[in-house]
Amino acid sequence: MSGQELGLAISVFLACAVEAVEALTIVLAVGVTRSWRSAFTGVGAAVLVLAALTAVLGPALTSLPINVLRVIVGGLLLIFGLQWLRKAVLRASGFKALHDELESYDEEVTAARTAGELDAGLDAYSFTISFKGVLLEGLEVVFIVLTFGANQHNVGLAAVAAGVAVLVVVIAGFAVHAPLSRVPENALKFGVGVMLTSFGMFWGAEGAGAGWPGGDAALLAIIPLTLAFALGLVAALRRRARLAAAPEAVRGEAVRA
Amino acid sequence: MSRVEAFLRFLWDFVVGDDWRIAVGVVVALGVTALVAGTSVAAWWILPVAVVGLLGVSVWRAAGR
Repeated sequence: MSGQELGLAISVFLACAVEAVEALTIVLAVGVTRSWRSAFTGVGAAVLVLAALTAVLGPALTSLPINVLRVIVGGLLLIFGLQWLRKAVLRASGFKALHDELESYDEEVTAARTAGELDAGLDAYSFTISFKGVLLEGLEVVFIVLTFGANQHNVGLAAVAAGVAVLVVVIAGFAVHAPLSRVPENALKFGVGVMLTSFGMFWGAEGAGAGWPGGDAALLAIIPLTLAFALGLVAALRRRARLAAAPEAVRGEAVRA
Repeated sequence: MSRVEAFLRFLWDFVVGDDWRIAVGVVVALGVTALVAGTSVAAWWILPVAVVGLLGVSVWRAAGR
């Protein structure tokens, strides 16, 4: 497996695991509160739609000329990665609330309990909530699988990494029979944001006609430097928050220092 | 809100996200990279510089709100 393929597999696995944790919370809430059968039917329908999207868009993307593909994929990965990284940096520095799976689970359970009578046969509420939850979380995964996979001409490897991540999360979720609140979601999102941004820069620049010093080996510098910059931003924002919260005299000393 | 509007809003939120300046900045940086790559000057450094500027400014603005 080449370095880029390893990067592809790790990025897709982490991104998919994060999204699967969030989807599992929704499915567990409606399954426990209302109807497992309807919740699973919703999951199945969403997975079919996601698989169809992958099957249709995958070959369409891989048929594009390599430089056009790399500019499009690089640009999209860069936009997507920077948005993930932005949220993760703000959460890690305390400027945005951390995503709390237990809180999300409680909200879903309350909504499911107050959603009216359970339908005979297929429960429309359980089906719709599970379907929407899995589809919306899954769309981000499909996007990452397709962009990484198409660019490497290895959608199969990306799909396998995504499938393994879902399997791990589902097994863990049903083993503990509760939302996976101990998964360090923000750390995973931070990692995914770094990988998407790094590969986005690398492929975007290559597609636009620029050559990286050292070729593929440049990724070995781009990924740690992107991580270091994001961690530096977290440290700077934490310092800013501390200074904003400190009394005037302490703030003056810090500025002079 | 009509279904078309709802879909377009979803697409905007999905691709562009919380800060549209990042999306615009990435498109501009890719364009500049393509232009500079057509000359004899190295162009690989433009996207990293853009990432530092776009992410730094975006989180700093969000933290100041």
